[in-house]
Amino acid sequence: MSKTEAESGQQDRGGPGQPLIIAKDLKKHFPVRSGLFSRRSATVRAVDGVSFDVMKGETLGIVGESGCGKSTTARLLIGLIELDEGGIIFDGDSLGGDIGLKELRRGVQMVFQDSYASLNPRLTIVDSVAFGPKIQGLDKPAERARDLLARVGLDPDRFAQRYPHELSGGQRQRVNIARALAMEPRLVILDEAVSALDKSVEAQVLNLLNDLRREFGLTYVFISHDLNVVRYISDRVLVMYLGEVVEIGPSEAIYAKQAHPYTASLFAAMPSMDPDNRTEEPPLAGDPPNPIDPPSGCRFHTRCRFAEDVCAARKPALSIIGGEEAHLAACHIHEPGSGHSLANREAAQ
Amino acid sequence: MFTYLVRRLIYVLPVAIGVSIICFLLVHIAPGDPLTAIMPVDATAEEQAAMRSAYGLDKPLPVQYAIWIGKAAMGDLGKSIATGRPVADEVFAAVRNSLLLAFSASVIAFPIGLFLGFLAGYFRDTIFDRLVTAIAITGVSVPNYWLGIVLVIIFSVQLGWLPSMGAGPGGSGEWTWDYAHVRHLILPAVTLAVVPIGIVARTVRALVGDIFSMDFVQALYAKGLRHSDVLRHVVRNAAPTALSVMGLQLGYLLGGSILIETVFNWPGSGFLLSNAIFQRDLPLLQGTILILSLFFVGMNLIVDVAQAAIDPRIKRS
Amino acid sequence: MSAATDTVVPEAPVITAAGYWTGVLKRFSRDPVAVTCAVIVLLLILSAVFAPYLGLDDPYKASMIKRLKPIGYPGFPLGTDEQGRDMLSRLIYGGRLTLFVGLVPVVLAFFIGSAFGLVAGYAGGRINALIMRTVDVFFAFPSVLLAIAISSALGAGIVNSLVSLTIVFIPPIARVAESATASVRALDYIDAARASGGGALTIIRVHIIGNVLGPIFVYATSLTSVCMILAAGLSFLGIGVRPPEPEWGLMLNTLRTAIYVNPWVAALPGLMIFITSLCLNLLSDGLRSAMNVKD
Repeated sequence: MSKTEAESGQQDRGGPGQPLIIAKDLKKHFPVRSGLFSRRSATVRAVDGVSFDVMKGETLGIVGESGCGKSTTARLLIGLIELDEGGIIFDGDSLGGDIGLKELRRGVQMVFQDSYASLNPRLTIVDSVAFGPKIQGLDKPAERARDLLARVGLDPDRFAQRYPHELSGGQRQRVNIARALAMEPRLVILDEAVSALDKSVEAQVLNLLNDLRREFGLTYVFISHDLNVVRYISDRVLVMYLGEVVEIGPSEAIYAKQAHPYTASLFAAMPSMDPDNRTEEPPLAGDPPNPIDPPSGCRFHTRCRFAEDVCAARKPALSIIGGEEAHLAACHIHEPGSGHSLANREAAQ
Repeated sequence: MFTYLVRRLIYVLPVAIGVSIICFLLVHIAPGDPLTAIMPVDATAEEQAAMRSAYGLDKPLPVQYAIWIGKAAMGDLGKSIATGRPVADEVFAAVRNSLLLAFSASVIAFPIGLFLGFLAGYFRDTIFDRLVTAIAITGVSVPNYWLGIVLVIIFSVQLGWLPSMGAGPGGSGEWTWDYAHVRHLILPAVTLAVVPIGIVARTVRALVGDIFSMDFVQALYAKGLRHSDVLRHVVRNAAPTALSVMGLQLGYLLGGSILIETVFNWPGSGFLLSNAIFQRDLPLLQGTILILSLFFVGMNLIVDVAQAAIDPRIKRS
Repeated sequence: MSAATDTVVPEAPVITAAGYWTGVLKRFSRDPVAVTCAVIVLLLILSAVFAPYLGLDDPYKASMIKRLKPIGYPGFPLGTDEQGRDMLSRLIYGGRLTLFVGLVPVVLAFFIGSAFGLVAGYAGGRINALIMRTVDVFFAFPSVLLAIAISSALGAGIVNSLVSLTIVFIPPIARVAESATASVRALDYIDAARASGGGALTIIRVHIIGNVLGPIFVYATSLTSVCMILAAGLSFLGIGVRPPEPEWGLMLNTLRTAIYVNPWVAALPGLMIFITSLCLNLLSDGLRSAMNVKD
């Protein structure tokens, strides 16, 4: 550990007990503008009060359907879009107070889904990787870039001078990983980073990510809609629905038993290799409701088969599941005394 | 649809105001005192001062603009220096003739352009396609004021078939749809039609070619549709864009006819404009440009709304 | 570490990293039409620039007795104009002003319009609205009308023509530059560059200009033909180049009265405009496909 920290150039300040990043009640509402004077006629509540923390060295997986606010959350964490409300604390330093965007971005980097769109087609890959270090005034950016290309499995002699269109998707994603690592980050956000790759290539890149994590002592936030991939790489999993956290907990706990009906239906939708375990009917019907005008109370109640009056009336809070403090879910069923008919039975168990 | 219309109308307003400001400023970017254009050369200082206040030229620019636009909105565009007649009367009479010319040119240009473009797009990469592309590129490259002269040389000077000047026998006068008048219309209308033929053919060719290469056309054939039915689908997909290009061209014809009208002495707005330039008749110049550009703005608005009405992809929320 | 380097997979065929412009040049040279047009335009420009060294007659030397001689008249291969001046000489000298006034505005508008478009497209928001709504107003005029309006207000003259034509072509170029910039701006590599701490100017310089200049440049070349026709048209109307300078549009105008006497000589200046504009158009098309720019 100590060696990699020295190598990464950025000091661990808060010690191992201090989460690397704390997201506090993040909110981002996008105005839907219309009319000549750009009146704000509606807002998309892309991220609506999301809180979580990521411990040093762990991988937090974030899952949810498209449009649930996963990517917006990622972009908020790295400061690519401005927060409307809430705060970010990076290793004990609060963004905007103790540290600025510049410092945050030294510590946090991101890998995007579209490997092609995330590389400048007019730059050779070594120039793309060296861009960040050059901007930051680090020593010998080109040499550093070549080292990193080698680290991610691309022989610099063969690949450094190529352009993005001369690489395959998997190779390009390796370049993107090298580019992120060139900034010597402590946290890497992987936004659907392997989703566009072929399955065989995906596995290679996932292995590479695991190796790099160990080698550089990295922390990952891994965003994906693929539950199998998330299970493979994550220590903990966070489930989002319409801009809110519905469940968060250790991977094994959630994969063993899903507390929130939404999580359960996501898992039921997962293709299974076991013929006895195949679902006959679709577990989730319809599309997610419009985030411009999200449902009242529990946002999932319009699609939930356990929905009762209380679900539409009141928003459930995150509560502890099965006595395990790390496992939380926001569902009236798991909130004793919530008024849901299943709640008391659950409490009695 | 209604809200779209209203929004589009609200959007057009600042553009129209901007256009009027530019027209207003034209007189003021002209070198020298705008008054010298109005006044006789031997006017005394007192006469000049009197004139200055009479025209409001002693007031600050925004005030002058407000007065000018207020009058213009009431249909008062001032008086022509050369003829002394109200500018509005002169302009509207001329615009009527220009519209006649522009519509006639459209009637020639649009069917030919559509036909050529469709065939070229349908027979993509054949000799026919190349031929149409060559015609189209020639059409957009030709300086039409020169083409007008060439046509006059051929059909008036050499062959003596058609008249080269004016909008009817015996100079100006009321337009009527008889043989004597229509003879005068042919050459300018054909000349004016050449550029839009090229543009429409080019656009439609690209449009139809692209649609034919789309997957849904394959799907229609796979579904077992007859060829003619597939063609109907293609036409329906090409129609909104083709219509909007033609609508815009109609607007351009009105503005682009200035040079052609000069060549043929056609008594339209362009002819009026070039006379105004020649005589430095600033009120007439300003009024003509204002009316023509506002007409163009209105044309764009109509095209946009019409396109929204027929194209389901444009959101009407 | 070991696992990382071991997983090298030769996924893509090895292509030699040929530079982008080498490819463009190669594709362009395989297009016979575009190459021919490039040669013609080059010859026109060279003959205009080096006109004094071509051993031509004085283009200003008038002769009352040798007026309006036909094509092939001894000593005047292309005849004479209405003042008895040598047409061949005047046509070649005429290229100087016509090409200058026809091409320079597009070059100026390319730089100014691109700058406006880049700023508007990158900044977005209010700055974008301010720039693009102003552009909309100028766009509301048909280009011929706007050129004539400004030129007639400013008065005849070469500089005034340059100014008015530049103003005419800034808005369309700014529009293309703005939309190209905005679409590049939305790509992830810009976000990645921002996340690396790059400032706006650095990102525009390193990551945006190289990716938008190609399409803007191709678009600008497609405007040169229109600009030529307009520039000559202004002179034709008497609000461009002043007599007695040789200029194709102006020559076309002064020779108009000669169509009854010597029609084909009268048509020559217009033919020059036509050939140049046709070549410019075909050249632009060739460039577009060589540079892989889509409409």
